[in-house]
Amino acid sequence: MTLAFLNLTWPTFADALALGGIYALMAVGIGLVFGVLRLVNFAYGQLMMAGAFALAYGDQWGLPNWLSILFCFGVVLALSVLMDHLVFRPLRTHSPAVMLVATFAVAFVLQNIALVAWGTYGKTAGSLGVWQAPWDIHGAEIRKIAIIATATAAGCLVLLQLLLTRTRLGLQMRAASMDFRTARILGVRANRVIGGAVILSGLLAATAAVMLSVEQPQISSTWALPETIYVLMGVVLGGLNRPIPATLGGFTIGFAFGLLGGILPSDQSQYLPSFIFAAVIVVLLVRPNGLFTRGGATVERV
Amino acid sequence: MNQARRLPELLAPALLVLATALLSFEVSSYLQAYFLDTLIKVSIVVALYVFIGNSGVLSFGTISFVAVGAWTAGVLTVPESQKKITMPGLSHFLLTHEVGNVASLALAAGVGAAFALAVGLALMRLSGLAAGIATFAVLGITYNVLTYEQSIGPGLNAFSSVPQTTGIWQAAVAGLICVVVAYVYQRTRFGRMLRATREDHAAAAAVGISTYRSRLLAFTLSGALAGFAGGIYVHELPLQVGNLYLDLTFITLAMLVVGGSGSLLGAVVGTLALNGIYSFFSAATNTVDVFGWHLKVPSGTAEIVLGVVMAVVLIVRPSGITGGREFSLPRRRRPVADLEKARVTT
Repeated sequence: MTLAFLNLTWPTFADALALGGIYALMAVGIGLVFGVLRLVNFAYGQLMMAGAFALAYGDQWGLPNWLSILFCFGVVLALSVLMDHLVFRPLRTHSPAVMLVATFAVAFVLQNIALVAWGTYGKTAGSLGVWQAPWDIHGAEIRKIAIIATATAAGCLVLLQLLLTRTRLGLQMRAASMDFRTARILGVRANRVIGGAVILSGLLAATAAVMLSVEQPQISSTWALPETIYVLMGVVLGGLNRPIPATLGGFTIGFAFGLLGGILPSDQSQYLPSFIFAAVIVVLLVRPNGLFTRGGATVERV
Repeated sequence: MNQARRLPELLAPALLVLATALLSFEVSSYLQAYFLDTLIKVSIVVALYVFIGNSGVLSFGTISFVAVGAWTAGVLTVPESQKKITMPGLSHFLLTHEVGNVASLALAAGVGAAFALAVGLALMRLSGLAAGIATFAVLGITYNVLTYEQSIGPGLNAFSSVPQTTGIWQAAVAGLICVVVAYVYQRTRFGRMLRATREDHAAAAAVGISTYRSRLLAFTLSGALAGFAGGIYVHELPLQVGNLYLDLTFITLAMLVVGGSGSLLGAVVGTLALNGIYSFFSAATNTVDVFGWHLKVPSGTAEIVLGVVMAVVLIVRPSGITGGREFSLPRRRRPVADLEKARVTT
C-alpha cells in the first residue's frame, strides 16, 4: 500500500507526523510559559540540549535506558527551575521584548558552556538507537521512532489538555494567561502558577529531547537550535496566547518540514526554511494574532 | 535649547571612537586587531541603534542588512580573474563587474537601504513581539539564501581575495560617519517624531505623526548604515555567512542593550565596554598577563562572560549603563529668581 502522490510514501508521511509531534510538544512548552509570563523562551532549545547531553552521559556510563531518560528529565527540570529563579522572575515586570533578549542571553551562555565543556563535536547519545529499526506494517517499513514519537506526543497533549481543563492548577493557569492581574486579584497565586507552567514546560522539553535525540544522536552545542527557531515561528504562526493554537502551529511547521523535506529534491528543499519564514511573515501581516485563533482580539501595542 | 549646548551629545560618542582609534596605535599589532574589530562593531551597533533606539521596537533584522552589504561589497571588489576561480557559480553580471573600495562601500549602503526599505514597507505595520519575530524571519531567510545561492556570492565558503582595505583609519572614519548620521537624524524632525511615537503611541498619533512612516524612514536609514558597516567588515575579514547570523545578532544587540538602547552614547559606550571584555577574554585564550598573573582560559569563555554580563545588566539596570541618556555637561544652577522670570516670559 503506498500513497501514490508525488514521492509521498507511508514512511515519509509517518516521519513527518513524528516531526510534527515533536515540534508540537516544543510549541506547547513554549506557549505555556508565554501564557503566564509573556515570555518567549528562546533558550528552550538549550534546555533540550542539556537533556540530550544527559542522555549521552547515560549512554557513556552504560545506564539502562529508563535510568538515562530519568536523568535527562532531572537535568532539564533542574535547569528550567534554575532559569526561572535566576533570570525570568527578576524580569517578570519588564516588556516582552526585554525578556526575549534576556532569554537570548541565557541561550547564548548555555550554548557556549556546552562548547567549552564538550567541544565542537559534542557527544553521541546512541543507546536509544534501537528505535531507528523499522516495523513492517502492511508492507510499509515504518521506523519505530516515528510511531513512538507520534504516540508520545498525542498522549502528552491529551494529558496536558486534561490537566488544563480538569484540575485546579489548570484552571488557574488558563485564567492567568487570559488576564494575569485579574487572576491574582481573585486569589490565584502567581508563583504557583508560574512554577507550574515552568515545570510542565520542562517536562515537555525533556520528552521532546528524548524523541529528537533518536533522530539526531550527535549532540553538540547547537543541537535543537534550528528546531527551536522553527518552533518559535510555528508558535507565532498558530497564535502564542493559547495552548491549542500554539500546538497546532508547531505541528504544522514540523509536519510541513518533514513532508516537504521528504518529497522535494535536495536542491529545492535547501530553501525550505526560507519558504517557511516567508509564510510566517505573511501570516503575521494578515493575521497578527495567529492562524488558529478566533475573532479579532486587540493588536498588541508597541 | 541652543545648538552649542547640544554639541557634547555628538562630541562625546565621536571622541570615544577617535580615542579608540588613537589608542590602537599604542598597542602591539596583535592587539590592534581587537581595536579594529571594536571600531567595526561601533558602526554596526550604531546602525542597530538608529532603528531600535529611536523607535523602541525590537528588530533582529539588522544583521541581514549587514550581510547583504558585505555580500555586495565583497563580490564586487574581488578581482575579475579571481572570481572565476573562487566563485564560479556567480551570475554573468557580477562575474564581469568590479569596482573600487569607496564605490563598493557606497553600493553596500545603497543595497542595504533598498533591502531594508522593501522589508520595512511590509513589516513596519507590526510592533512588539510580532515585529521581533517577523524581523527574525527576515534574518533567517537572508541566512538561508546567502548560504545556498552560489550566483550571488561564495555560498557557504568564506570570501577570498577581497582587497583588505579596512585598517584602523577606514574603520574609525566609518564609525564616525555612522555616529554623525545617527546624531543628525535624531536631531531632525523625523527623528523627534519617531521618538515621540516611542514615548507615547497614542499622543503622537493625536498630533498627526504617522508611526508607520517614521519607523519606515528609520528602518531604511538603519539598513543603509548596516549595509555600509557590512562593506567595511568584509574589507577587513574574509567573512563567511556563519559570521553574519545569530552570534553577531546576539553580540551587537547585547552591546546596544548594555550600553543603553535609548541613546547614541549608550550604543557607543556599550560597544566599547562589551567588546573590551570580549577582546580581553578572547586574547586570554592565548594567555594574557594581568599584573604578573598568567591568565589562560578555554575558548568560548568570552561568550559566556558576555552573556552573563548582559543578563545581569538587564536585571539590575534594564535601561543600560547610560540609562538611555546622552552626554551633557554639568550645568550651572540658575538662581530661583531667574527661573521664575523665565517661566513668566514663556
